[in-house]
Amino acid sequence: MSLKTFKGGVHPYEGKELSKDKPIKDIKPQAQGEMVYPLSQHIGAPATAIVAVGDTVLRGQKIAEAGGFVSAPIYSSVSGTVKAIEPRRVAVGDMVMSIVIENDGNYIETGFEGCTDVFALSNEEIIKKIQDAGIVGMGGAGFPTHVKLSPKEPDKIEYIIANCAECEPYLTSDYRSMVEEPEKLIEGMKIILQLFPRAKGLLGVEDNKRDVIENLQKMVASESRIEVVPLQTKYPQGGERQLIYACTGRSINSKMLPADAGCIVDNVATINAIYTAVVEGKPVIDRIFTLSGEAVMEPRNFRIPIGMSCAEILEAGGGLVKPAKKIISGGPMMGFALFETNIPTTKTSGAMLCFTEDEVSKYETTACINCGRCVEACPEKLIPSRLSKFADNGAKSEFEKWYGLECIECGSCSFACPARKPLAQAIKTMKKQVLADKRKK
Amino acid sequence: MSDLLHVASSPHVRGKDDTSRIMLYVIIGLLPTTIFGIFNFGFRALLLVLVCIASCVASEYIFEKIVHKKSTISDLSAVVTGLLLALNLPHTLPVWQAVIGSVFAIVIVKMLFGGLGQNFMNPALGGRVFLLVSFAGTMTNFEFDGVSQATPLAVLKGGEAVDAMSMLIGRCGGTIGETSALCILLGAIILILLGVIDLVIPGTYILSFVIFIILFSGHGFDTGYLVAQLCGGGLMLGAFFMATDYVTSPITPMGKVLFGICLGVLTGIFRIFGNSAEGVSYAIIFSNLLVPLIEKVTVPRAFGIKRVKKAKGGDN
Repeated sequence: MSLKTFKGGVHPYEGKELSKDKPIKDIKPQAQGEMVYPLSQHIGAPATAIVAVGDTVLRGQKIAEAGGFVSAPIYSSVSGTVKAIEPRRVAVGDMVMSIVIENDGNYIETGFEGCTDVFALSNEEIIKKIQDAGIVGMGGAGFPTHVKLSPKEPDKIEYIIANCAECEPYLTSDYRSMVEEPEKLIEGMKIILQLFPRAKGLLGVEDNKRDVIENLQKMVASESRIEVVPLQTKYPQGGERQLIYACTGRSINSKMLPADAGCIVDNVATINAIYTAVVEGKPVIDRIFTLSGEAVMEPRNFRIPIGMSCAEILEAGGGLVKPAKKIISGGPMMGFALFETNIPTTKTSGAMLCFTEDEVSKYETTACINCGRCVEACPEKLIPSRLSKFADNGAKSEFEKWYGLECIECGSCSFACPARKPLAQAIKTMKKQVLADKRKK
Repeated sequence: MSDLLHVASSPHVRGKDDTSRIMLYVIIGLLPTTIFGIFNFGFRALLLVLVCIASCVASEYIFEKIVHKKSTISDLSAVVTGLLLALNLPHTLPVWQAVIGSVFAIVIVKMLFGGLGQNFMNPALGGRVFLLVSFAGTMTNFEFDGVSQATPLAVLKGGEAVDAMSMLIGRCGGTIGETSALCILLGAIILILLGVIDLVIPGTYILSFVIFIILFSGHGFDTGYLVAQLCGGGLMLGAFFMATDYVTSPITPMGKVLFGICLGVLTGIFRIFGNSAEGVSYAIIFSNLLVPLIEKVTVPRAFGIKRVKKAKGGDN
């Protein structure tokens, strides 16, 4: 079996064995606890709250309306009372206006209207259902899915790519959902394919998930429009541009959308959410979440109501077995380090990792010896050591000339650097400044 | 959870290799030819190797003490410089000259330009060339088996034939570490397997040198002559261990190719049209100086950027 991949990348320690064999367990936050729903948990305009303090809400009830076309509504994942609408700290460290609901512990649902015959739905109806369900890119980016599925030229879409790579170390939520409910992924893919009659569905899976590849291959054997693409296990295989290249041989840059290469890429969790929204009529209120890392008593996979606090999830996993030095929301390569665990989960939070050591802080940065390991690691064919130097010197025009804005912030360069230089960190910061300057103009 | 958590920007993990480990790999890669050199030339060779390493490490340490900088000798780069310099010296060189060469390599070529990563030419080669112009006599006095004799390259330049087989193995005169092409290749294979170097620079260097020789040496495609040219002098050692020096070679992928071609052509010019039979050191130093220029013209296009830049933009 030939494995497809991209050029560059790194091989971090995978750490997936900690939680990969732990079945998804439903957890419900305790009664009287707080559930926090930030109004901005997607790319685009923040949602607008449509409930007021004191209102009672049900599980599955819309509590915030989309703030525009590129935006998404938000639903309550518990039944209870709106306690406050105020700024709360989120994983990235910002304070974001949030709806706070006191959970009554009863989980009374609004009732969801399923759909028995998806094939009878028109494209507009399907997109409407996806939009109303508040589906956004659940792999982490949070781009509203209905926008992605409404390209300017739908006829030019040739591939729908399911991002089943899960290349970040330690994360196993996509893996578990592909093991336990692969039919959702395939049915979800069929729904997207219904929107694009000319397109082919590709399921890109890294070959560290052999069992998933084999099972999915069996399941799609009779489907003429869906194919499993086994991918080499390498980070960042699940980067959008890298995945498109691996699956189709097409390459896009930062100024292009996947649709420009005839592709639409959606993560496993997103496609599962599309299935749930269209077939079961259920909005995005739950998601699969990996709790892992060496400091956690019981690393495992949960189905959590979105809005539950990370601290409570940690408790559900038996708490910490050793004191944690570093806690990360997301994966170790691109996740955010938290300074407290009392932050809410959102539609895009897929994991929390607790480590007993902060290995990065142990290292001392030494001089760059121009070894070129960052160049080999960069999946975007950049020269990270040079870009980081331009960043240090504030050389904005040089930074752009050496394609600094093409950086996908995957962190491979920092990972590979033998001088332990924070290359990706410097480049990310510079990128923000250059982009901010551009917006001013 | 009373302890404060560490907060930093991603990524939160790092790879295994660090600078001193890479330098250790280079030392391991140099061991076969070092051991062969000692076997070939005897105790004097071992003495020079030890003296060069010791004086390189000491001068780096003392320099950093004097300018109140943190000592960097633990990164092992000074050891590599000392070892490489020793391998580039004839075993008959007086010890005090070797010490001067080492001090020059570390203090003038490396530390005064900012230390590791900042030097614009290979320190070991800088030291060697300094010795070559200062002590031309002792630096070009090559003895083998106790007899002063011309190096095979000089013999070749004189128009006489040489035994290519003994040159391949290295049983001939020359500097301590350059004579055995086989041992150098063995070391190079080790470095390639350890992921320290790749074949781009040595490959393009040797290839373009061979083409140059075939075209301009007047010998045409003469296998014996070619093998002698390849195994003679510092070509193998230079191509695999000095041209590939990270700091003084281009970082851009196309730049490496261009750099290799420069080296091949310059070595060819120096060897065929120059006065001296040898040309590798000067070719590498000269090409080192071209690196900033080479990098400037070889900025790679990023992934997904087409040759003719598309103006078509998305809305992100």
